[in-house]
Amino acid sequence: MEHAVEATLTVNGTEVRRRIEPRQHLVDFLREELGLTGSHIGCEHGVCGACTVRVNGEIVRGCLMLAVQADGCQVETIEGLSDSGELAQLQKAFHERNALQCGFCTPAMLLAARDLQLSNPRASREEIRAHLSGNYCRCTGYQAIVDAIEEVLHGKG
Amino acid sequence: MGRAELPLHAPGTQLDKGYIGQSVPRPNAQRLLQGRGAFTDDLRFPRLAHVAFFRSPHAHARIRKLDFSKAVRAPGVIGVFDGRAVAEYCTPWVAVLAHLKGIKSPPQHAVAIERACCQGEACAAVVAESRSQAEDAVALIEADWEALPAVIDMDESLAGRTVIHPELGDNICFKRELDTGGVDEAFAQADLVVEETYGFGRHTGVCAEGRAILADYNAGEHSLTVYHATQAPHMMQDIFSRHLGIPEASVRVITKDVGGSYGIKVHVYPDEMATAALSVMLRRPVKFLADRLESFLSDIHAREHKAKVRLACTSAGEILAFELDDLTPIGPYSVYPRTSGIEGNQVVNLTGGPYKHQKYRARMHVVFTNKNVTCQYRAVGHPIAVALTEAIVDLAAHKLGMDPAEFRRKNLIPDDAYPYTFPSGIKFEQLSHHQTLDKLLALMDYRKLREEQAALRKKRVYRGIGLAAMIEVTNPSPAFYGVGGARISAQDGATLRLEPTGMLTVMCSVTEQGQGTEAIFAQIAASAVGVSMDKVRVITGDTGVTPYGGGTWASRGAGIGGEAVLLAGRALRANMLDLAAAILKVDKAELDVRDNAVVHKLTQEAKMPLAELGRVGYFRPDTLPPDFQAELTVTRHYTPRQYGFSFTNGIQASLVEVDPDTGLVKLLKHWCVEDCGTVINPMLVDEQIRGGVVQGIGAALYEECLYDASGQLLNGNMADYLVPMALEMPDIVCAHIETPTRQSQLGAKGVGEAGTAGAPGAVMNAVNDALAPLNARVTSMPFTPERILRALGRVA
Amino acid sequence: MKAASFAYAKPRALAEALDLAARPGAKILAGGQSLIPSLNMRLSYPELLVDINGLDELKGIRLDKDIVRIGALATHAEIGKSDVVTKHLPLLSTAVPHIAHPAIRNRGTIGGSLALADPAAEYPACVLALDATIIATGKKGERKIKAGDFFNGLFETALKPGEILTAVEFKAQKKDEKSAFLELARRQGDYATIGLAAFATNGTKRLAYFGAADRPVLAQNAAKAKDLESAKAALAKDLQPSADLYHSTATKLHLARVLLERAWNTL
Repeated sequence: MEHAVEATLTVNGTEVRRRIEPRQHLVDFLREELGLTGSHIGCEHGVCGACTVRVNGEIVRGCLMLAVQADGCQVETIEGLSDSGELAQLQKAFHERNALQCGFCTPAMLLAARDLQLSNPRASREEIRAHLSGNYCRCTGYQAIVDAIEEVLHGKG
Repeated sequence: MGRAELPLHAPGTQLDKGYIGQSVPRPNAQRLLQGRGAFTDDLRFPRLAHVAFFRSPHAHARIRKLDFSKAVRAPGVIGVFDGRAVAEYCTPWVAVLAHLKGIKSPPQHAVAIERACCQGEACAAVVAESRSQAEDAVALIEADWEALPAVIDMDESLAGRTVIHPELGDNICFKRELDTGGVDEAFAQADLVVEETYGFGRHTGVCAEGRAILADYNAGEHSLTVYHATQAPHMMQDIFSRHLGIPEASVRVITKDVGGSYGIKVHVYPDEMATAALSVMLRRPVKFLADRLESFLSDIHAREHKAKVRLACTSAGEILAFELDDLTPIGPYSVYPRTSGIEGNQVVNLTGGPYKHQKYRARMHVVFTNKNVTCQYRAVGHPIAVALTEAIVDLAAHKLGMDPAEFRRKNLIPDDAYPYTFPSGIKFEQLSHHQTLDKLLALMDYRKLREEQAALRKKRVYRGIGLAAMIEVTNPSPAFYGVGGARISAQDGATLRLEPTGMLTVMCSVTEQGQGTEAIFAQIAASAVGVSMDKVRVITGDTGVTPYGGGTWASRGAGIGGEAVLLAGRALRANMLDLAAAILKVDKAELDVRDNAVVHKLTQEAKMPLAELGRVGYFRPDTLPPDFQAELTVTRHYTPRQYGFSFTNGIQASLVEVDPDTGLVKLLKHWCVEDCGTVINPMLVDEQIRGGVVQGIGAALYEECLYDASGQLLNGNMADYLVPMALEMPDIVCAHIETPTRQSQLGAKGVGEAGTAGAPGAVMNAVNDALAPLNARVTSMPFTPERILRALGRVA
Repeated sequence: MKAASFAYAKPRALAEALDLAARPGAKILAGGQSLIPSLNMRLSYPELLVDINGLDELKGIRLDKDIVRIGALATHAEIGKSDVVTKHLPLLSTAVPHIAHPAIRNRGTIGGSLALADPAAEYPACVLALDATIIATGKKGERKIKAGDFFNGLFETALKPGEILTAVEFKAQKKDEKSAFLELARRQGDYATIGLAAFATNGTKRLAYFGAADRPVLAQNAAKAKDLESAKAALAKDLQPSADLYHSTATKLHLARVLLERAWNTL
């Protein structure tokens, strides 16, 4: 811990203060230090999107942000967004349409879906697919996920 | 044939399918939606150590010297180990099976000792207190290599000028020949002979969760618990036991949530074996995760083939014969324990599969190279067999000026021809090719699409429609592996236990990787016993808890595991009625179980809630007749016995638009009509098909592991290896025909791999159909813009 | 993979940042969307990361008369949502949706993208097409570098050691000026197979290709051609694209011609 830096961040509404090694990325910090294992690591190159979390209201790749960079930030993970109920509608639609199989990409998909819901609630099917274009899923082939989001945005089709 | 009739009550009573056939959302998906799953990397253990591997940068090199002196002194390092040190705790293996005649492979160690035979092969292991520290120390290992000639090209490997393993004599891992006889005559008398050579790119699974294993050795009792993202925990229990020298029942393999597998995680990986060995050696838990870069290098690859195919037919379009010459390069070892010969073997078995010709000749070689190892990956062999069959069929139809659907109609095995033995020796119980074709053409409005295609061609918009008929292997018996001597179980078991409060616990030896195994077991168990689904809990993936079985592979979960659950459920219901009869002092024949209660069979009047049944059975047996003992836990096993494999059939269609200027292919839509027998949960089945189709689309348009001439993987990362993402994928329409198997009461066949089996062929045919007016054809997957533009002659 | 170890500092003022940036083994951390993957893959071993995200003077998008000044720390998302950019720099606006994906656009910055100078990235070609001016700040003060002088080779720019790219200045697009942005990629958000950022003003064209060389390239012969056919023929003199993993040189040149054709009539 020779280069450790102190950082204070708010995670799911709770203030957290730690000495953090600069090289540790945010999602490793959340998983290892805080036990918030709902955010997953799929590549660490910023391509698969499985590590998506919300920082200051914006979705980011947790593997492309150093934990120390989250100093002073509000970080929200799948656990917090589940408990607050913010994702309830999406989670219900995902469940009913089996928009998840192994579940590894799912927390990130939900965060991306919520981001779309907030930024473009009238999104077309094509726009839904475009917004998810940075989230890799190998199990579903994406259609059920698109269907679930479309249902939440526009009602049962 | 209509839907399966499932007598879930005793014979003579009212038919009630319960939850079978309903699209019930998966109970075990709730925690995954909240990020509250438990993947192997989510687990925490005291004194947990982490291993990182020093991997060969060379495709083929002798390890002259490894210098660990700097690495051992790095912060957090517990130990640095070479292949010899690990070999003291883990014996090597040879991946051959007796029924693949002549298959050969050199032994493989957990960590290479003398020589690295592919880039990425582990040559040393560093155990440290964190993964970062282990990687820091790996960077400090110095190695002295003696480069050896690398064999990369499949033709050169077959020619054998350089032999990778001199003790084996040549580079041929396995070869097979098959000849029905009469093939030359068939070709001689044919009105049309078409021939084409197809290339299939090597690709890999790219599971969202990398391979993961956490081994926990207890020195106090010489026992090992392994938390392992594997599809086959009992198989691994056996392997850890034999190779690490720990008594079988002292090894427990627990599979928590698995982030996708598709066959990738059903094989034995040397780095995982090393991890377990290190735990034994160091007497503490050790974890290994294959990160994404390692995954590309070392997860099994699959599907690299070059296949020359010939088809003979009459001018009326009747297929007379198929001929196949297939070559496939694997890595330097056959993979344990299923061998790397199976994929090629399947291509030989399945080529021409849906059709009624009688003559067939095939020749197939599996050759070693110094690229990464290959083994079974979703739909094993089918994507290749279906694509080459359906492409040559389309070519023949095209040359005869026949509509491809009509050409198929002329040649598909008739729906009343069963049971049927195919020229390669495989046996079909009952398929429905014609019904599925009819349904597909109606579903996609084939006529209208052809009209639209013609109209758009006039405007220089090039759309293509591609069909792919297929057969698929599911529910294998011991014919797949057991007969070859592999300790891989083809039977599975389910234990059902009625809890005192009337809940039901189901423990089954088949495993879950997201396809919905646990959900369908809950549906079947609830239906078989007479409880509501919310009363059911399912446990899978624990060799210490479930009956012994094979796990998940070859689309066997529903058909085999499901049958065991059904049989156990029925038996448990009978035992519950025995107890109820004893409590109520009535004849068992008057009673039934329904909606969580014992009811009067005729009036359906509730006589006793199951919670009461449980209370008396467990806590008040003193109130029962002295010779009566309630048995509220029942175990049953099931093995498919009549047919070596339960074949299913299906047909897919792809609609594409090809831009002849850019070579980019737009996927407009995809259809799949599948017959997998009894459908237990239509939603889960359709989602399996969709996921499989997209994986197949990956093979057709995007995915290829690119190696240079010296055996270096050039695109082993997520930016350069292209996997299907949401925007480019089409909507996929699914429909079903249900022809249940009569081998089981459930009647379910398998379906998990069907999407992947047919999609590449459908897309290839669609692309070629789009290019046909431009006199271009592509035959090498993936169909990149480069390949399409070259075929079009737009690029020299 | 886990990154190797490095020290971290987050300066609160530009002067402090310049001091830190001058240290040996120091690297600037802005959005981190390209730097951090390279660290995670152990492709890069800085000793010190200087996090400039606290420097407010590097933020913001402003229209000042006919100059649009975009701070180096403006994220792709901010640029995409900016009314100033939509109205006055439509070329940039149309480029943003092609850059990676939403979560990356929330963090990635224009300064980072230009300083990295990935030849397959969108912004370098855009600034070249628009003849923008890049502002670099060092201990000695600000320096203005024309886009045409900025990109010197593969991941090589005219930035001197210790300099920080602090802003980019563009001339607001006039009513009679036209721009076109076209990109070909295998999948949405991928690095371009090939792309064209084109700008036409007063009868002259600036055709900036990306994914066609080790840096963005102005196709000057093609731009001078009288008609589309001669422009396409002239392109072979302007571009000698290297093959990439999936596309040969010939294919890249062919695709460059296709983009030229598609852009020609809109300019």
